[in-house]
Amino acid sequence: MKRRKFLRSSLGAGVAAGAMMSFGRYENLFGGKPLPSGADYDLVAVMGGEPAAMFDLGIQAMGGMGTFVSKGQKVLVKPNVGWDVVPDKGANTNPALVKRVIEHCLRAGAKEVYVFDNTCDNWVKCYKNSGIEQAAKDAGAKMVPGGSESYYQEVTIPNGKQLTKTKVHELVLSSDVFINVPILKHHSSARMTGALKNMMGVVWDRSYWHRNNLNQCIADYTLFAKKPALNIMDAYNVMMRNGPRGVSVGDLSNMKSLMISTDWVAIDAAGARMMGKEPSSVEHIALAAAMGAGNMDLSSMNIHRLKM
Amino acid sequence: MRSSVLKHIRTVFSVLVLLIFVYLFIDFRGTLGEKAFGPILYLQFAPSLLKFVIAGVAASTGFIVIIILTLITGRTYCSFLCPLGIVQDVFSRLGGMIKRRFRRYGYKKPYTWLRYFILVLTAGILILGGVYVLTILDPYSIFGRFMTYFAQPVVLLVNNILATLLGKFDIYALYRVDIVAYELAAYIIPVAFLVLVGLLAFRHGRLYCNTVCPVGSLLGLLSKLSVFRIRFEEEKCTRCGRCAMACKSSCIDFLNKHIDVSRCVNCFNCLDSCSENAMSYGPVRLRRSTKKEVTDPSRRNFITGSILLLTGASQLARAQTDPPVPTKESTVREDRLYPVSPPGSVSIESYISRCTACSLCVIACPTRVLQPSVSEYGFASIMQPRMDFHSGFCNYDCNRCTDVCPTGAIMPLMIEAKKLTQLGKAVFIKENCIVHTEKTACGACSEHCPTKACHMVPYEGNLLIPEVKDDICIGCGACEYACPTKPYKAIFVDGNPVHEAALKPEAEELEAAPDDFLF
Repeated sequence: MKRRKFLRSSLGAGVAAGAMMSFGRYENLFGGKPLPSGADYDLVAVMGGEPAAMFDLGIQAMGGMGTFVSKGQKVLVKPNVGWDVVPDKGANTNPALVKRVIEHCLRAGAKEVYVFDNTCDNWVKCYKNSGIEQAAKDAGAKMVPGGSESYYQEVTIPNGKQLTKTKVHELVLSSDVFINVPILKHHSSARMTGALKNMMGVVWDRSYWHRNNLNQCIADYTLFAKKPALNIMDAYNVMMRNGPRGVSVGDLSNMKSLMISTDWVAIDAAGARMMGKEPSSVEHIALAAAMGAGNMDLSSMNIHRLKM
Repeated sequence: MRSSVLKHIRTVFSVLVLLIFVYLFIDFRGTLGEKAFGPILYLQFAPSLLKFVIAGVAASTGFIVIIILTLITGRTYCSFLCPLGIVQDVFSRLGGMIKRRFRRYGYKKPYTWLRYFILVLTAGILILGGVYVLTILDPYSIFGRFMTYFAQPVVLLVNNILATLLGKFDIYALYRVDIVAYELAAYIIPVAFLVLVGLLAFRHGRLYCNTVCPVGSLLGLLSKLSVFRIRFEEEKCTRCGRCAMACKSSCIDFLNKHIDVSRCVNCFNCLDSCSENAMSYGPVRLRRSTKKEVTDPSRRNFITGSILLLTGASQLARAQTDPPVPTKESTVREDRLYPVSPPGSVSIESYISRCTACSLCVIACPTRVLQPSVSEYGFASIMQPRMDFHSGFCNYDCNRCTDVCPTGAIMPLMIEAKKLTQLGKAVFIKENCIVHTEKTACGACSEHCPTKACHMVPYEGNLLIPEVKDDICIGCGACEYACPTKPYKAIFVDGNPVHEAALKPEAEELEAAPDDFLF
């Protein structure tokens, strides 16, 4: 309870501090247009550019990274680095996007940015061959190992139906701001993986989730106190089948898109639509929405669509 | 003046060799490039011989170099190149530090019958039955197991402590690695040998090398023909006995001014110990050796005979290409007909006839899927690594084990070929599957499958359940590792006794990407 309160208050303080910041200085860095008035969109979607450029545009529409990260904070950026494959295979978050997200965090005054994932393939190889380790280092972030149980601490999930406790990486607990950077992909059992499913990479024992009603566990995790302040969904190359690992580049659809939202259910709903699925047909999205983790009704949202 | 140059050269050289070999076996981060292994392991006698004779790799000529080296210089190999020999020197030194009396060796009679019995047994079993005795007695492999079974956990522990400390300062250059033990039975032989070799070295110098080690015995026989030897300068010697006290091989009979060259390991401690400069290392004097040689032709015959026999083994081994018959006692384990042998091993039969269980592949494997076996290949093949899909799975884009094997048990396999080599086939047990028993989604197996041989098909309601396409399955075990059911998995890989070729997964064209948002 204490931790939850603390997190809530620190998060609130962070957002408030960010809002008070002057955006002028920040925009100059990226040569962007002035902020659109009333920039509280439920979802910002960008299409047609390269990942980093799309993010520049999208985050500006969200009010800039300063809205989410304030000076001196420790930020955790959690991409999907699940597989030992090269970036072209579209199984891991695009390294250029990860790099850009980190740069924005640091420019917003983050004291330190950390990146990690509990990978499926050997983590050392995943970090290296995904290009994310290099991208993170180039951007000035710290790539943190996640391959030993000793990095994970047990936490309770209040009111979880199936998942009442789980071991999460210490960084999730020690960071001030948590930024979720999933890649949109087909998933052989969960049907789709995006922001909600990406949380399986911050916990140690995934097989418990698989044993105990996978979709319910994914939804239950949304009850955990430390939620992402921001979700950034890479939909540049979207794996339409054979996910989540993919067999060949023939599995990819070059959508050249990016979504940003503070609502992880909303961003997954948008992702589902991009893959030609009804959000309600993806069980973990429907369960999470029903539990109040977010909104999956895209028609009710204030969506800002940008094309490059 | 003491002639200590040779001893110092030996010390420095052997320490360097030991450091290289230690690093080879504690390199859990895989920092050594794949090209480093061949040259480092080239001169290891038994692995090189096996690779040449049994695996038929013509380039594996290291053992010939050692034979020539021995014929010229004596058992230089044992003091300069054998990692187990050097480790024993370290033990002996420690022994000497603890008790002065452990430092004084003195002349002892050889256990001639025992040493040649072990040599004949090792060679005989190798020719008739397989590699089993050599696996247990090959000094390089014993050293490898010491490192893998005992040193590695210590290294990881130190690494983990350092990683934790650095982590406190926000430095993540080191990372923690969970320390996991192998199956207990696999430790029996390494522990027994640690005690045997350790105690003998602690108290008696190189007694192990001159009594048990078959490589030592073989090179000992060859060294009887060697050109360079340690000898007495009779006119200078005062029979003080210092040399005999310093001799780790206890092979200097100073009263008779005789050195048992078959036991001398060229450590050169005796040269260093002689205050009268009455010992030297140089070409043998003819009058001595001719006398010996004439009186004992049977030993020569033994040497040529054993070399011939060893060559004969290659034909024997090459003829056995049929897969082994599945005998319940030796290979069946509950639901698995065959164990899974590593990629590049071609067949279980050829693999178990070549592997000396040095366990270098166990250390080199980044996913820890290679684990020492107990009875999976049969008890005679204990400690030979197998693919254990409860410990890990074979990384699709990795062929490191095929780069490191010194005996030819695991042959080189290019990465693209490895991706199409079927080590075994996944078998789905629906009755164990979460989707069937719990009626909830799972699909961890299919999620991990790199070829989608394991894919999901519609099941009851909205559920999907796994199905396996045999022909594109490569037996990597990702499905088995990921399967969350306990205690038995719902999907497992049954080994191919002879590795097969898998088909390439085929792909249809996708629809074009949407040019606008679909929401």
